[in-house]
Amino acid sequence: MKPIQLLRARRRSGRWHWTDIAAYAYLGLGVVLMFGPVVWLVLSSFKTQASLLEFPPSLLPLSQQEVRVQGFPQPLPLFAATLDNGERRELAQVRRIGLIAQMIDPADPKQQYRVPTAKLAPVRHLSFVTANYTEPLQKFAFTRYLWNSVFVTTIATLITLLINSMAAYALSIYEFRGKTVAMLMVIGTLMIPITIILVPVYLVVTKLGLVNSLWAVILPGAATPTGVFLLRQYMLTLPRDLIEAARMDKASEWQIYWRIVMPLAAPALAVLAIFSIMWRWNEFLWPLAVLTKSESFTLQIGLNAFQGELQTQWNYLLAMTVVSLIPVALVFVFLQRFIATGIANTGMK
Amino acid sequence: MTDLPTGIEPQAAPTVPLLARLRRAGETALGTLLRLVDRPMRLLQRLIGERRMAYVFLLPNLVFFSLFVFVPLAIDLVFSFTGGESLFPSQRPYVGTDQYAYLFDCGSFLDPASCRVDHFWRGVANTLRFTMFQLVSMVAFSLVTALVLNMRIRGRGFFRAVYFFPVLLSPVVVALVWKWILQRDGLLNAGLTTIGGQKILFFVDPGWAMFWSVFVSVWAHMGFYTLILLAGLQAIPADLYEAAQMDATPRWRVFWRITLPLLWPNLIVVIVLALIRGVQTFDEVFVLTGGGPGTATLMIVQYIYETAFASQVQNFGLAAAASIVLGVVLFLLTLAQLSRTRSAS
Repeated sequence: MKPIQLLRARRRSGRWHWTDIAAYAYLGLGVVLMFGPVVWLVLSSFKTQASLLEFPPSLLPLSQQEVRVQGFPQPLPLFAATLDNGERRELAQVRRIGLIAQMIDPADPKQQYRVPTAKLAPVRHLSFVTANYTEPLQKFAFTRYLWNSVFVTTIATLITLLINSMAAYALSIYEFRGKTVAMLMVIGTLMIPITIILVPVYLVVTKLGLVNSLWAVILPGAATPTGVFLLRQYMLTLPRDLIEAARMDKASEWQIYWRIVMPLAAPALAVLAIFSIMWRWNEFLWPLAVLTKSESFTLQIGLNAFQGELQTQWNYLLAMTVVSLIPVALVFVFLQRFIATGIANTGMK
Repeated sequence: MTDLPTGIEPQAAPTVPLLARLRRAGETALGTLLRLVDRPMRLLQRLIGERRMAYVFLLPNLVFFSLFVFVPLAIDLVFSFTGGESLFPSQRPYVGTDQYAYLFDCGSFLDPASCRVDHFWRGVANTLRFTMFQLVSMVAFSLVTALVLNMRIRGRGFFRAVYFFPVLLSPVVVALVWKWILQRDGLLNAGLTTIGGQKILFFVDPGWAMFWSVFVSVWAHMGFYTLILLAGLQAIPADLYEAAQMDATPRWRVFWRITLPLLWPNLIVVIVLALIRGVQTFDEVFVLTGGGPGTATLMIVQYIYETAFASQVQNFGLAAAASIVLGVVLFLLTLAQLSRTRSAS
């Protein structure tokens, strides 16, 4: 919407109160503060290593223009030079000797100039360096990390959906002895975050022989109390007659679960799937503790290891960070509404 | 009936859209799974009866819970009463409450330097400081944002999304984004120098490092709390406000007398959740500052992680004792939350 329209629309509906102006100012500032950093990250990820080290940084990814001149095998950098007579021309630099640069005119290679470097300004143009994205694919184990993250996220989400929905089905459809105990167990796990059982879970995983395997990341978080609650609340609303009718028709309990309850619970399953994907893709502390070999690193651990290296190659790091953002961006664009209602309803994330 | 030649050759099957084909493949896979599992399940059902099938459905989830939550919690206690360097409890000598005594061996609890395990107490002090600053700014900013978003605003969905999206980002990404802005030659220092200021080395100064840890944490999670408050605001009946308008009640009075009391349950949820999360802070701060400079932003969880996994001598017993202490704090906070939410509803 254009600002003008916005102003007019507001005027028609009533007078401006100072709080309205303050509100829009606050929201405008919010847009800059919330979006700004990510936009800056994406812009920076397309810069060359050299222009990343520049201070003050340029807003857009610029790189120096180069020209091919006859008689020179390498392309030469182009500068805007101010000549002795005050004339400004675009010249290519052949070599630099101390504070004097030897320049030639690309249009007329025979013409040579000697210009003090202080009188040179690089000719730059907008250019997006995609090498930041393509090179890590070959140079580092980046594809490995990416694949590990995709694998963990997919498999873990499938397991979570399966076992959480089974538990939710049991807790919503049946009356049985020990139901309260089971519910208490689920609530209990809510109170025990991984931060306080880090060491013993590591022991369990070691006993199972899973250290440095991706299953060590997948399994411990597969059963989630949030998921059981979310699905149970939803399944409680399903009509009981349907299940009774299926029992009359000699459907087995497993068939009722798989054929009737699961399809009906699809909206809740979708919400849990989104949550699980976000949890797994972003998980940090536990993988950090349990994965020590770089071939089993997930993307988040890989990024962290990479930024901790002595000479951080920011151009690659920024590009890889942007790649790790892509699934999140997709979820955000398409499914933001689901998550928002999910949080508003459960107070969990 | 016979198939009469129609004169038209049957055409190659029309190219089925990829999505439909994928869906069909998925359905076949799920159908096969159903058939594979149904046979033994039916048998089981005949053996134990229909109602006891509930246990069968419950079993996988509870096995996971036991294996990765309840058993570990018990082992955590065992660990905290044993010493040695082995990971396996059978090879760890019983040391009684030595680990706790060691952890709590302090000249004065107000001065981490007087403690034998000074890093733990630095972590406690830093976590307390962090949690307080973070709590106050989180509640303030999310409340203001929720109030603004609840006004008659154009493009509300868009603005809500703007504040919400960092919630989805991974802590590593959040930290890297800000690290990139705050570094020595970063965007912020460029801004500072253009307005005539000096470059600031944000991660070398303890005060700034703590400030940015809190800031980044609020930036990343504010949207989550804003949503909870917004849901509360939208549940307040509109006729209350209309009545107030009829009486020409000033806005600040409407806020104090109607909005705040009715929003109180949600506000409590926000406060307690922010507290619980604050105490467990690790990832963003760890990637952003690494706990530094020195130990200026070292949090309890980072201490536990490093004691158990990232130090020369892996001291599992001490880490376990520290996590039991953290667990007790979290348990008390959660109890507070449960009693509050119960009394609210």
